[in-house]
Formats: sequence, structure tokens, C-alpha cells
Amino acid sequence: MIQSSSLGTVCAGERTGRTCGDAMKCQQCDNPAVFHITELEAGNVREVHLCEEHARVYLNQSEGGDGGDPGEPGAVEGKGQKGGGLSGPLGVGQTAEDLAVLDKRCCDMCGITFFEFRNQGRLGCPHDYLQFEKELDPLIANIHGATEHTGRRPSRPVPAGVDAGSGTDGLTTIIGLRRGMKEAISREDYESAKEARDAIRGIEDAWTPPAAKAGEENA
Amino acid sequence: MRLDTLTNSIGEWLRGTGPDSDIVMSSRVRLARNLAQFPFVSRATEQDRADTERVLRERIAAVPVGRELDYIDVGHLEEIDRRFLVERQLISREHADAQGARGVAIDRLEQVSLMINEEDHLRIQCMHSGLDLHGAWEQIKVVDDQIERAVSYAFHPRWGYLTACPTNVGTGIRVSVMLHLPALVITRQIDKVFRSLHKISLAVRGLYGEGSQAMGDFYQISNQTTLGRTEDELVQQVADVVPVLIDYERRARDFLVRETQQNVHDQVSRAYGILRTAQTISNEETMQLLSRVRMGVLLGLIGDVKLSDINSLLIRTQPAHLQKLRGGDEDSSDDIERARYLRHHFEGGDSPSRATAN
Repeated sequence: MIQSSSLGTVCAGERTGRTCGDAMKCQQCDNPAVFHITELEAGNVREVHLCEEHARVYLNQSEGGDGGDPGEPGAVEGKGQKGGGLSGPLGVGQTAEDLAVLDKRCCDMCGITFFEFRNQGRLGCPHDYLQFEKELDPLIANIHGATEHTGRRPSRPVPAGVDAGSGTDGLTTIIGLRRGMKEAISREDYESAKEARDAIRGIEDAWTPPAAKAGEENA
Repeated sequence: MRLDTLTNSIGEWLRGTGPDSDIVMSSRVRLARNLAQFPFVSRATEQDRADTERVLRERIAAVPVGRELDYIDVGHLEEIDRRFLVERQLISREHADAQGARGVAIDRLEQVSLMINEEDHLRIQCMHSGLDLHGAWEQIKVVDDQIERAVSYAFHPRWGYLTACPTNVGTGIRVSVMLHLPALVITRQIDKVFRSLHKISLAVRGLYGEGSQAMGDFYQISNQTTLGRTEDELVQQVADVVPVLIDYERRARDFLVRETQQNVHDQVSRAYGILRTAQTISNEETMQLLSRVRMGVLLGLIGDVKLSDINSLLIRTQPAHLQKLRGGDEDSSDDIERARYLRHHFEGGDSPSRATAN
């Protein structure tokens, strides 16, 4: 039985230290393996190396409830059980089609797809917590047994006019603006690039803490 | 800062002082923090990483964190220097092996370490000698508050501090103690203890944290969850279990002395003998034998060795430290050099120049 959620799985995979550039072949075909997944099963560690296409099939099979392990048949007990892998913690639809749609969803700010997050175990930017809130909610509940922060909070208030309920997300929008600015420059749309740059400056100025401003003035 | 100046010293956390330092080597608290305006490190471009590093470096330098800090540009360090910092527990292996702009700010006592561009933009660590989790927590709060005056940490009212991996979200806190538990290992009770810890959601790791093997009977115990409880509660969760583990280990040591004194004395003496006379010795064997000698010192079976000396040797016999201590002599292997260093140390000398000349 898989003890960890897939999140735990891919986090552990990260710890193997492999990067996506390693010259290793997919276990299912001759394409390069770009996903290195470490499964934790009842305390045992097993590694799976797959190309993007087979990684998608592998993860969908493990989550969709139709079983099977392309790497080592029979090695993963409980893979085919309903609720195994990510489907339980994620609380998403059980069909491969639903997952395929979810996997393609991407963050408006940093552009990471949900599929990339599932495989790397790392989010792309702070906005992902809002963008993928519905999907992360059961996953985080599974990890921590809670979904509400009760600890310390920043003492400094958000800038005037910003909805405090969204935390620092207003500042995080800079990530999306920077991407937009780069894209505008690459298509030589300098007017849009300038608008983005001005918007970034405005947000940065509003959010720069007084202590940092004082430091810059003294410098 | 010149790293060579650190070679002949040891961090405060290794001094073998503080409450229960016969069993608790050190207490550590770390906080994971990110700047709201940049992508997390794994998604960041080279430029993003450089900008994050610059912003954090400049703003940390501009606020008083209670200690004078030296900044080390890890991205431009030689591999041996990166490994050297890992061995001193000032940076993680992941940070040493990462790519791009990154650095670490440390204080002279090596109690405070601020890693920039590890898995998260900022990892704040405070490490104290012996059992002093509350002291480490009080210190890290000051550092965190001061830095927060100068930056906007990514934060959401419901999720708390936002981190690259959801396993750290919320408080972003990891509270850990490094314990020396040789008697529980010898009496084969250690697995039972670890199973109990897992049941109450505490993690057990080796000397160098996540993914590392336990060497020389040294283990790190830490919290696994970071959301839904306050930092004080999470500190207390670990603090509550440590006295129980200390009690188990002390009882196991008493049992060894009472029931198998001759055998234990023999094991300790042999370990000491090998360390003093071996001509070639691996890192693993050294750790194992130093662990036995450390226990022997604490049980009063070895009289002429100081605890802080053993703690110091645990770090100085690691590969990067050894390489720095021996200077340019590349001809002999690590294992030969380690044995030479140990022989020399126990003969009464300690300086690297004398060790090299030996």
C-alpha cells in the first residue's frame, strides 16, 4: 500500500538529486527520461524513470483507479485501488480526462502547470496556493491534518487599498507582469512592455517596507 | 570572510555545553520564508535568482538581527568550501549542490545561518549547544521579525507563510534536536523508540538532515507538520519528547554499566585504541568509534579526553575539513590522512601544521 501521497512521493524524488537533464532512457521507450519519481511504499523506496508521455500515463493510471505499473509490474501493491495515489488527497474526478484537463491548468503568474507541480513536488510561486486552492486543500489537509494557519503573522499591514484577505498576493502579481513584459519585448510590442514596467514600479513602490526605503535612502 | 579562519575553530553548537549536553548535541530551529514578488527558486530564471539574492542580501545587511553577520557567496565557492560549510551544518547539501546565485550569512559563533536561495528564498536557522530549543526559538524570532521589517514575505491569512513545498507551509518551522544515543543502539532498543516517534508525527533523520544516513549513533528528531499549530506548540511538541528520550538513553547507559561493564569498557577501550593507532581509517568508522569513545568519556571509562574534543573531531575528520587542514598535500588518501590526524590529536597536538608535518 502506498503510504505517502504523491506529493510525498515526488518530494522524495527531488531528494535523489537528479535533474531533468540527465541522460537516462525512459523505462517504457527510447525517449529520454525527464521525470524521476521515487515511490515510498510501506517504507521501501522505488525509483521510476519515464519520458513525459509515459509519466502522464503512469500518474493517471495510479490515480484513475485502473491500476498497473509500467515500470515493475506487480511491484506496487494497491496502485489500482480506488483512492490510491493522488486521487484521494486531491479530491478530483476519477477519470483520466478530468486529470488531463487539470494537469494542463497553469498559474496566471508563474505559468507552472499542475502537472509540473505534481511531478516536481514544488510549486512555482506564492500565487499557486490561490490558483490551485481547490486541489491543494485536500492535499495539505492530508499532509498536515489541518488547513488553517494559526501561527505568527507579519506585523506590517498590507498597503492602503489592498484587500488584506488576499495576503501578499497583490505583490505576487509582479511575477505575471514581468512575464508579460518579457513577452511584449520579444514581439517588439514596446508600448505594452512599458505599461507592464510602470505597473511593476507602482506595485513595488506601494509594497516596499519603510525599513527598506530608509535603507535605500541611506545607501 | 575567509573560510580558512573557521577551520581551526568549532561552532558554538559543538562546544558540548548547555543542558543535557551528554545526550543532546544541539538544538535547532529553522524557518522557511519567501519573498512575495519572485517565483520560488525551482521556477526562477537565472535573473530571478540573482535579483532575489541581491534583494535579500542588501536588506538583511540593512537591519540589525542581533548579531554581526558575514556573508558568503556560495555560488562562487569552490566545491571543497561548499562541502566544508555543509559539514559545519551552516548550509544544506541541497544548497551546496544547487545552481545559480545563492549565499549564506552567518554569525561568528555559527549559531545563526541565513541561507539565501535554498529550496525557499530564505531559510533562517538558529543552532544552540545542548537542549535549548526555547533559546533557539527566542533568538530566531528576533531575526525573523527584523528581516520582516525590510521585506514582504509571501503570506496568506489562511495558509500562513507560503513555501515552495506544501510540506512546509504555514509556520515554515522545523524544530530539531541532534541526539547521541549509543546505549539505545547497543541495547537494540533504538528501532522501537523510532517507531514510537513516527506514531506521534516526529521525524528521525541522520546527522546531516533529510536523506542522510545515521552515522555514529547521532540522530535528529524533528516535527513533520507545520500547519494548524502555533510555533510555540510545535517547539513544545519536540521539547516534550526529548526528556523521555534522554531518560531512555540514561537508563540504557546505566544498564550497560551495571550488567555488562567489562564488555562496555572493552568496546570503548578498543575504539579508543583504534583511533589512536590506526594507519588508515574511513569517515564512517571514525564516526562510529568516536561515538563509542564519547560514551566512554561520559561513563567515566576514559579520563583524559574532553567532550568538546570529541565533538570537534566529529567535524574535523570529515572529508572537506581534513582536506583544508592538511593543506596542499594531495598525495595521501583521505583515510590515511584522517588516521594521521587522529593519531596526532590523541598524542597531544592539534594544530594543522603539526598534523601535516607528522
